[in-house]
Amino acid sequence: MDPEYRFSHKHLLGLADFSVTDIQAVLQTAESFKEISSRSIKKVPTLRGKTIINFFFEPSTRTRLSFEVAAKRMSADTFNISNSGSSTVKGETLIDTAKNLAAMNPDCIILRHPCSGAARLLAGHINASVLNAGDGTHEHPSQGLLDLMTVREAKGRIAGLKIAIIGDIAHSRVAHSNIIGFSKMGASVVVSGPATLIPPGVEELGAKVSKTVLKAVEGADVIMALRIQQERQQDPLFPSLREYANFFGVTQKVVAVASPEAIIMHPGPINRGVELDPKLADGSRSVILEQVANGVAVRMALLYLIMGGD
Amino acid sequence: MPGLILLKNGRVIDPANGIDQLLDLLIAGGRISAVAQPGSLAEQSGCLVYDLAGKWVVPGLIDMHVHLREPGQEDKETIATGTRAAAAGGFTAVAAMPNTNPVNDNQTVTLFILAKAAEAGFARVYPVGAISRGSKGEHLAEFGELRQAGAVAVTDDGLPVGNSQLMRRALEYAGNHDLLVISHAEELSLSHSGTMNHGALATRLGLGGIPSVAEEIMVYRDLALAEFTRRPIHIAHVSTKESLSLIRRAKEKGVAVTAETAPHYFTLTETAVDGYNTLAKMNPPLRTEADVAAVREALRDGTLDAIATDHAPHSELDKEREFALAANGIIGLETAVPLTLRLVRENQLEARRMVELLSVNPARILGVEGGALSVGAAADVTVIDPEKKFIFSEESIQSKSRNSPFLGWELQGKAVLTIMAGKITWQETL
Repeated sequence: MDPEYRFSHKHLLGLADFSVTDIQAVLQTAESFKEISSRSIKKVPTLRGKTIINFFFEPSTRTRLSFEVAAKRMSADTFNISNSGSSTVKGETLIDTAKNLAAMNPDCIILRHPCSGAARLLAGHINASVLNAGDGTHEHPSQGLLDLMTVREAKGRIAGLKIAIIGDIAHSRVAHSNIIGFSKMGASVVVSGPATLIPPGVEELGAKVSKTVLKAVEGADVIMALRIQQERQQDPLFPSLREYANFFGVTQKVVAVASPEAIIMHPGPINRGVELDPKLADGSRSVILEQVANGVAVRMALLYLIMGGD
Repeated sequence: MPGLILLKNGRVIDPANGIDQLLDLLIAGGRISAVAQPGSLAEQSGCLVYDLAGKWVVPGLIDMHVHLREPGQEDKETIATGTRAAAAGGFTAVAAMPNTNPVNDNQTVTLFILAKAAEAGFARVYPVGAISRGSKGEHLAEFGELRQAGAVAVTDDGLPVGNSQLMRRALEYAGNHDLLVISHAEELSLSHSGTMNHGALATRLGLGGIPSVAEEIMVYRDLALAEFTRRPIHIAHVSTKESLSLIRRAKEKGVAVTAETAPHYFTLTETAVDGYNTLAKMNPPLRTEADVAAVREALRDGTLDAIATDHAPHSELDKEREFALAANGIIGLETAVPLTLRLVRENQLEARRMVELLSVNPARILGVEGGALSVGAAADVTVIDPEKKFIFSEESIQSKSRNSPFLGWELQGKAVLTIMAGKITWQETL
């Protein structure tokens, strides 16, 4: 990496705003932090005295916990607010709530919100750093980074790999961040799923579209299955979960056409037997739990880099 | 004699009378009393005299699509502030959409709007009644009583009429009362999950898309119903290329269709939304370059009959928030003239055509007075300085709301003198 390079982002709103060098810096930092989580005393004083607020407007177990674990391992003070416990249920607007939080002078707000663009809106109204932990169907950049880290760890590189992302591309912020991130880092990304779940112009984000899952996965180094959001069933997107599993699920038959060393990923939580064969989820090719472990390392790196690293 | 106003040396553009030349125009007793060669009219005592060299003198502009918000949402706009904004924008008359609270689906609301408008005195207000009771899309509103009270048209604007049988019956029954039916063309099942134009930008921003077909399907349905019932229909806020093709074809077939677009649809594309700019959020949404080009072409070739602003005031609370939750619409009364003049300056529209789109045709479509500078007609006159440059700023806005994507733009061309029934309703340094 260029010795002159300095990470200069105050916020993480989306991977679209990050350069290749920015992404490399995060991955490198995350790789060096990963070891901390395997120590018997899993704590470094790096972010002592920093205040981090986890502000979650949507239910989340994994991401919220991952950020909290990351912050605590860096010795930051963390506070959690969820939608049900916040004044937004009393009618307060996002901006007003944010301004009130800002008055308590936190260093970083981690936001999960159902509306695309919410993190950007927040960043425009407060002084603290804003870390987007998922906004609507826009981006989930920390997930994209942990997926990049997991692939780099398993494959030794990202450039030149074929990444197949299968499922609900249209409503998946994980897919959006991954398409942007992997294509930026030189991988070729192919997506497939029901045509009803492939968003218009996804090619402009950097993905090719394949009509069949088999074609998408052919020779792939990485197969990523996405969660089917069962709450979207009221819109006629596909006939049934059974048919979905049959035609768009990642199964043994699908994996057979991939590269022999292909790895299997899923951002979780998994609908077992729908988008992913349970045997594959738990099998030797699966790096799903590595993704979770790397999530903590990536988020430690992000908090460190974004809060100045001093 | 009181009420004498002499407008000297202006370029009088009066397409209805086939006039486009330097003339003097005399107003007396609220009416146009003479139009004559420059210098030929004697200046009587007590006469207000304006030297309008370099300015345009045109029939009072008519905006056939505005939301005045009163009754019910007076925090966004009132009839007084909305009509003051109209006067500042050069309009002497506006048609007020019925999606107030309560909805203008009955004579009482119509009479209230007319009383408030008369009290304010800034512009003529033509109430537009609802097609259905409460604009709920179920039962016809009382068209006869709406007409008697002063409504000039009916629409459920803001909401489409989803039920085709109701739209058919509305067209048929409106014929008994000489009411124009205005269509807000939108197939909700295709549009309801979207907040901007369907396409790659929506995907990148993670916003649900509203495809053009959501508009076009309903434009087609309403053209078919107009043809079937042999009744006139007016299509509001046309935004897509294919809608315009459908309207063009229907006109060629002799269907009694008229159509309007708004200045934002010939000025901006969907890229204005980038960065989650809620000031560019509207329904129908801003579209693509190809659509903008098609709208401009349709203004020239007569497929579009009118420019209407769809003036939609919203408070900051409604706009400064998450994109998906922000209100649709922008204010437009005070930017319509300069935005249309951009097309004239770029030689995309003739000055005469601009006056037809903003005055002559709206009067004809709505069946109201105005649209001509004929001797004896009510003195609704707009004076435009086509050269005047200004920055469109929050401080300059007369509307109660500030929601415009054109804030900060340097604009050229402005109404500098607006006269309604012989009364000066807006005046700037000439």
